[in-house]
Amino acid sequence: VGEMETAPKPGRDVPPKKDKVQTKRKKPRRYWEEETVPTTAGTSPGPPRNKKNRELRLQGAKSTHILKKSRISKKPQVQKKSREWKNPESQRSLSGAQDPFPGPAPVPVEVVQKFCRIDKSRKLPQSKAKTRSRLEVAEAEEEETSIKAARSELLLAEEPGFLEGEDGEDTAKICQADIVEAVDIASAAKHFDLNLRQFGPYRLNYSRTGRHLAFGGRRGHVAALDWITKKLMCEINVMEAVRDIRFLHSEALLAVAQNRWLHIYDNQGIELHCIRRCDRVTRLEFLPFHFLLATASETGFLTYLDVSVGKIVAALNARAGRLDVMSQNPYNAVIHLGHSNGTVSLWSPAMKEPLAKILCHRGGVRAVAVDSTGTYMASSGLDHQLKIFDLRGTFQPLSTRTLPHGAGHLAFSQRGLLVAGMGDVVNIWAGQGKASPPSLEQPYLTHRLSGPVHGLQFCPFEDVLGVGHSGGITSMLVPGAAEPNFDGLESNPYRSRKQRQEWEVKALLEKVPAELICLDPRALAEVDVISLEQRKKEQIERLGYDPEAKAPFQPKPKQKSRSSTASLVKRKRKVMDEEHREKVRQSLEQQQQLQQKKEAKTKPTGAWPSALDRFVR
Amino acid sequence: MTANRLTESLLALSQQEELVDLPKDYLLSESEDEGDGDGERKHQKLLEAISSLDGKNRRKLAERSEASLKVSEFNVSSEGSGEKLVLADLLEPVKTSSSLATVKKQLNRVKSKKTVELPLNKEEIERIHREVAFNKTSQVLSKWDPIVLKNRQAEQLVFPLEKEEPIIAPIEHVLSSWKARTPLEQEIFNLLRKNKQPVTDPLLTPVEKASLQAMSLEEAKVRRAELQRARALQSYYEAKARREKKIKSKKYHKVVKKGKAKKALKEFEQLRKVNPAAALEELEKIEKARMMERMSLKHQNSGKWAKSKAIMAKYDLEARQAMQEQLAKNKELTQKLKVASESEEEEGGAEVEELLVPDAVNEVQMNVDGPNPWMLRSCTSDTKEAATEEEDPEQLPEPVAHEVSESEGEERPVAEEDILLREFEERRSLRQRSELNQDAEPADSQETKDSSSQEVLSELRALSQKLKEDHQSRKQKASSEATVPQVQREEPAPEEEEPLLLQRPERVQMLEELEKEECFQNKELSRPVLEGHWSEKTPNNHPDAPKEKKKKEQMIDLQNLLTTQSLSVKSLAVPTIEMLEDEVERNQRQMIKEAFAGDDVIRDFLKEKREAVEASKPKDVDLTLPGWGEWGGVGLKPSAKKRRRFLIKAPEGPPRKDKNLPNVIINEKRNIHAAAHQVRVLPYPFTHHRQFERTIQTPIGSTWNTQRAFQKLTTPKVITKPGHIIKPIKAEDVGYRSSSRSDLSVIQRNPKRVTTRHKKQLKKNSVD
Repeated sequence: VGEMETAPKPGRDVPPKKDKVQTKRKKPRRYWEEETVPTTAGTSPGPPRNKKNRELRLQGAKSTHILKKSRISKKPQVQKKSREWKNPESQRSLSGAQDPFPGPAPVPVEVVQKFCRIDKSRKLPQSKAKTRSRLEVAEAEEEETSIKAARSELLLAEEPGFLEGEDGEDTAKICQADIVEAVDIASAAKHFDLNLRQFGPYRLNYSRTGRHLAFGGRRGHVAALDWITKKLMCEINVMEAVRDIRFLHSEALLAVAQNRWLHIYDNQGIELHCIRRCDRVTRLEFLPFHFLLATASETGFLTYLDVSVGKIVAALNARAGRLDVMSQNPYNAVIHLGHSNGTVSLWSPAMKEPLAKILCHRGGVRAVAVDSTGTYMASSGLDHQLKIFDLRGTFQPLSTRTLPHGAGHLAFSQRGLLVAGMGDVVNIWAGQGKASPPSLEQPYLTHRLSGPVHGLQFCPFEDVLGVGHSGGITSMLVPGAAEPNFDGLESNPYRSRKQRQEWEVKALLEKVPAELICLDPRALAEVDVISLEQRKKEQIERLGYDPEAKAPFQPKPKQKSRSSTASLVKRKRKVMDEEHREKVRQSLEQQQQLQQKKEAKTKPTGAWPSALDRFVR
Repeated sequence: MTANRLTESLLALSQQEELVDLPKDYLLSESEDEGDGDGERKHQKLLEAISSLDGKNRRKLAERSEASLKVSEFNVSSEGSGEKLVLADLLEPVKTSSSLATVKKQLNRVKSKKTVELPLNKEEIERIHREVAFNKTSQVLSKWDPIVLKNRQAEQLVFPLEKEEPIIAPIEHVLSSWKARTPLEQEIFNLLRKNKQPVTDPLLTPVEKASLQAMSLEEAKVRRAELQRARALQSYYEAKARREKKIKSKKYHKVVKKGKAKKALKEFEQLRKVNPAAALEELEKIEKARMMERMSLKHQNSGKWAKSKAIMAKYDLEARQAMQEQLAKNKELTQKLKVASESEEEEGGAEVEELLVPDAVNEVQMNVDGPNPWMLRSCTSDTKEAATEEEDPEQLPEPVAHEVSESEGEERPVAEEDILLREFEERRSLRQRSELNQDAEPADSQETKDSSSQEVLSELRALSQKLKEDHQSRKQKASSEATVPQVQREEPAPEEEEPLLLQRPERVQMLEELEKEECFQNKELSRPVLEGHWSEKTPNNHPDAPKEKKKKEQMIDLQNLLTTQSLSVKSLAVPTIEMLEDEVERNQRQMIKEAFAGDDVIRDFLKEKREAVEASKPKDVDLTLPGWGEWGGVGLKPSAKKRRRFLIKAPEGPPRKDKNLPNVIINEKRNIHAAAHQVRVLPYPFTHHRQFERTIQTPIGSTWNTQRAFQKLTTPKVITKPGHIIKPIKAEDVGYRSSSRSDLSVIQRNPKRVTTRHKKQLKKNSVD
């Protein structure tokens, strides 16, 4: 029975993208499965096309069955969900043919694990039978849903592209022209340069679907276009310095941080709002799930503007002077601000103080970027260093690199590629595997532009990097930068106007309240322990006793002469002493266990057999 | 007045009694009392009758309303009821005399009982009634418990409960207009009808169905009868057994016992003839019983009864006899023992001897004694092995004991076991010997190994010493250089640290170690930090440097963290420096900043952190009142003792998250706005918040789930059909047949009641 399920992320009602960066008739080979590639004639389609002594492997959606099969078979554990047939004859059909793969298809354990949310490492206290049954139900539900999700991974048909040098060949030496030459026409069309020398260095922003591009020049030039079809939506000059530009939740609205105030335009270039409470804005960030526009100003204020109702949710004084370094954490919608004293502070509209402050650099911070999983933060400072921090609780640097001139702009791609703009050069680093920080040893790609970089952003769902510089806009091809599969209901690049409107309504209905922004977005699934305890305390005070406490031992009255007060007291005493003894015994046991563990630990260090050991009997 | 009345009534009574003697009715007398022959009276009666025949003088039959003097059989009239008295009515009491007999019986029974128990209180009666009623209803209701439980736990309930079963109706029923049209169809239907075959329901003919039903009923009846019989028999038997058990007569029991013993003996005799093997077993059983009796001290003179008899024996002949009997019995028992276990005792004696005597001697003796060839062989092998076995004397007594304990019947298997045991021992000894040899060899090798390991150890020690020295010197340098106050180094107070470390849960340690190790493994981490840590870490491998362990706990050095010499990128494209004017300006500013960037950043940060830590700490409360209980005034401070006494120390909060992270300040304040959205009351079955958290951790929205999973997760708990009446649950809905016992009883009882009432009603009607 074919399941007509939809994947959580993949496109639903849209045909798979054909216009991704692709090599012609090239079968992709994954770098992690080099050894699995069989050398049989069936899999290798002739000699690889050598060009200037290098091999280019860009994204290709079609992968051979043999490859896949070999990979699946290599997997160590395959969760078999198939039903165990007691007698094989029962499954025999009328024709006598047997199903070679009985039961549902196996699901790899790792994929299922990816969708599991219950943290089973935390031990639960002893629970009653009723509670246990509820817990079991919850766990079974989780497993079932994660298996379903893992099954529907199959529908994520597209695979990310990549660039691979031949042995000893540096991918960083591959220039854009070579890539463009190697890829198909549709992909090659995505590389372009806009020569806009008059209106100074440009900031740019892609819409969330990755279909539209807005850019604003320092000297007032603002334009928005459908960059794939190169259809211009609007082009105006605001006659004022433009500091930053950003799309709001859809491509229909555009926020422009101008010299004095914040302005909002629609896609026709008509000014809709002028928000005077946000003045002298330097940087803009839009939090799409909260409908919040975060603005950092020269006056040192971080202001959150709710664009769905047009209200300012919070205006926070960072108390750190001029703010001009800002980025958002897409995982938990926390705003990261970089300061001149080398710290990066993390902000939420619910708190007046920063959630955390990290001392990153000895000099001021020049740029900050957070990757899409919210795990890594890259920062560069005046000390010419580029650091990658772990954001999972410890905030410690994972890797550090000194750059010749320091990076002025940083950006992460959807798949974790890091780009740094240093002067007129753009460097891109890639990680070793999935969900690993970009290794700063070797750049993945480099590119020189016609002017110093002023704005950087990877285009979502396209292997494209947009660079705004003083000479205009450059759209670069970066294989493997973007997520190959998109969620058709969430951000569909091919959506029509009607679909967009429908999505808008749904998104507004699912708007997340601003006060829920905190470091751990899963905190909502936790019980408010403090107020729980507070309530309990109040209840105890009100009642005068603890209703859940274990009742103290009350000796039962016995026969006439035996329940004198003295004997009652004695019996009480006995029970109390027994309890106390039990406690002492337990603590002693714990201590002993600790000691034993210690001994066990020290033993391996002293494992060298001594000469006197032979006398030990 | 009252006295007069009394006398009158008495008189009346006496008259009535007299009248009883008179014949009751002339009609009656005519028909029945023929044999009386009371001629005079008859004559008088006749006269009276004749006189009453003429119209005016006819005597009026008075109504019998109250006791009067004139009471005669003629007074009996049926005037009040307005009906004619029929002869049959008067005859009735004669017929029902049988019912009177039962009444008499009951009366007798009542008379035989001396006192009638007092009826219970009204309250008590009610209580009993209530109890009984409660038990009954709870029993009836308890069958619903599993269903209620199931429904409570069910993921989904669908109402209304009764499902309309799809009726598989034949096509003729569904399509009423359908008729056999074609000739073939008509022919077929005609045939069917002729043979009385079912047209609509092709499975069974009505006759077959009827027969089937009848069969089933009969069978059921037979079966029921059988069961009833069996149950009755069982209950009879049980009752009998109970009755017999209750009999207290000792004589009876004695007789029964004796009878049983005799019977057993007889059976045994028979068995011996028929099946000697079974008889042997039986014998063993008897023997065992005897042994039990012997053990029980029953026939010793120690019992209560025996003692009393002993006292009485002097005077009472019977008692003396009983005593003697008992003594005889005792003797018999003990004697029998002697006769039975002569050989055993001898052997037992030998055993005692053997245990004392050395084994070798014993074996020889055994050889002499035992005529068993198997034994002989084993012993010879023993002698062969004697030399080896002398080495391990502990293992020898075991087999010997086995040999001793064997009896004639079990000689062979035991011997075999012995052989096996001996073989095992042989092997064991061999192994031991080889091990000894090996022990000698490895000792040498171990020595060599030890020496080599010693060398390695000494080398390592030297290395660690060097490293330590290096480290210290570096540290000194660092301390001399660093303007930052010592926050990170824990070296100055190692003694203070240790108890803390001990107290800490181990998991944290592990985590931190892990983290650190991760850091170490990370090649990208700046070299100096890495080296420093490594130098600290290496001594940990040594057993003679246990103190170094605490250094694992050390905080990450902030200075190192920021001043690391990271590798510079050998970028292919070095950025060209040609900038716009403001960019140049800014660059200059940056240059200046860079020049002044340095330790002050770190110092500021540490200061800020310290302030934050201080601010987040719970404050102590000082309740001292200056001048209270002592002199107060300008320049006078409350004494230290007072201050100490009235200072309420705030409880230590949990450790800060950034305790070991020098470069981070994490805000510990609670986000109240977010907390407002959190759950703050634990729902019912959960007792700990973590349990509940586990049930709400999986998201149920369609954003995170597949469509089907989403639908399944959000199915409503109760589904109702619109426009349908939801009736209370019935037994049929859950698959119970209504014939469960309690229901049946109710159903059965009710009609009875109805019928009895109905009968009463009928009777009343008939009477009226």
